[in-house]
Amino acid sequence: MMKRNECFRVLARHITGEAVVATYSSAVDWVEIAPRALNYTSIGAMGLDTSHGLGLALGRPDRRVVVLQGDGSLLMNLGSLVTIAEAAPKNFVHFVAQNKTYEANGGHPIPCPQVDFAAMARAAGYAAVYDFSDLDRFTQQVAHVLEQDGPVFATLHVEPSKPLIYDYVSLYDPAKRVAFKAAWLQR
Amino acid sequence: MDARAVESSATPGTLSGAKIIAAIKASGIEYVLSVPDIVTSAGLLAPIARDKEFKLIRVCKEDECIGIASGLSYCDKRALILIQHTGFLDSINAIRGVAVEYRQPICMMVGLLQHDPDLAPRESNRYGVRIVEPILDDLGIAHHLIGADADVAKIAPAIGAAYREPHPVAFLIGRSPS
Repeated sequence: MMKRNECFRVLARHITGEAVVATYSSAVDWVEIAPRALNYTSIGAMGLDTSHGLGLALGRPDRRVVVLQGDGSLLMNLGSLVTIAEAAPKNFVHFVAQNKTYEANGGHPIPCPQVDFAAMARAAGYAAVYDFSDLDRFTQQVAHVLEQDGPVFATLHVEPSKPLIYDYVSLYDPAKRVAFKAAWLQR
Repeated sequence: MDARAVESSATPGTLSGAKIIAAIKASGIEYVLSVPDIVTSAGLLAPIARDKEFKLIRVCKEDECIGIASGLSYCDKRALILIQHTGFLDSINAIRGVAVEYRQPICMMVGLLQHDPDLAPRESNRYGVRIVEPILDDLGIAHHLIGADADVAKIAPAIGAAYREPHPVAFLIGRSPS
């Protein structure tokens, strides 16, 4: 079983000018690994990360958008898989860290922890779908995943992490939203 | 947010979908994000779907629109959310977080399902309609009743202000546009 932060360290080596929409536990890990203006962590309501990402991707088709969310978040906005597949942004890459829990809300199990999100994304119509349980394989293929025409989906099967500190004041800092926009609008 | 607009008096007359669409275009709206609503289906959504000047994004559930519109706003792209009041009610938490707490320019056009257009929404026979304006007031969201052609002139200035300041705004469609 992989660890989410190990996956993100691997991913971070390949991230340059992309917007990274990250939420809850994924955001905590990501901003520690890759603090940058192009991190988008203010989504307002759980599950909306994919929708914010879709808006960013549609509005800047010349730049790539990477969404990092947990399985609980995707379950709250499962229909967004269909919306995204229909909109078909080529610059949209969607990672779901499946740890089978609502980690940010006490570690309770999600309904049906074995649910196959990759199969759902494939059925919804994502252009490319991946499923990773092995860090070496993810390390070998992540560059390829990021290069595909989207929408791209990848499940990362990870174990629940040790207890995290959720600094929502920092994650939702209005100044970071301003900085994000300035960085995202650059040509 | 002090941008409340309480304009709940029903305006007699007819409501032209073409005039509303012209006002939406005049507002610089490029994207329309929608779940179908029977009040606005024939008079707004159908012609918008045929209109090549709009990019219509059909979503599965109304709260998706809030996130998509927010993402687009970071790209300096304007969006209008076209939904039913039931979808508005279902999206309250997203509206609270994104539109109100983050002060995002979320522009909503909300059909009032089964509303008698000759009544003010607060006096509607439908409970779900009666509570829409009080909820908007509590959220501090500016809102405008669009019940007749005379109301259409409110749309473009309100959307302009929403993106300029920024803040959310809601247009309540009180009768089915022709």
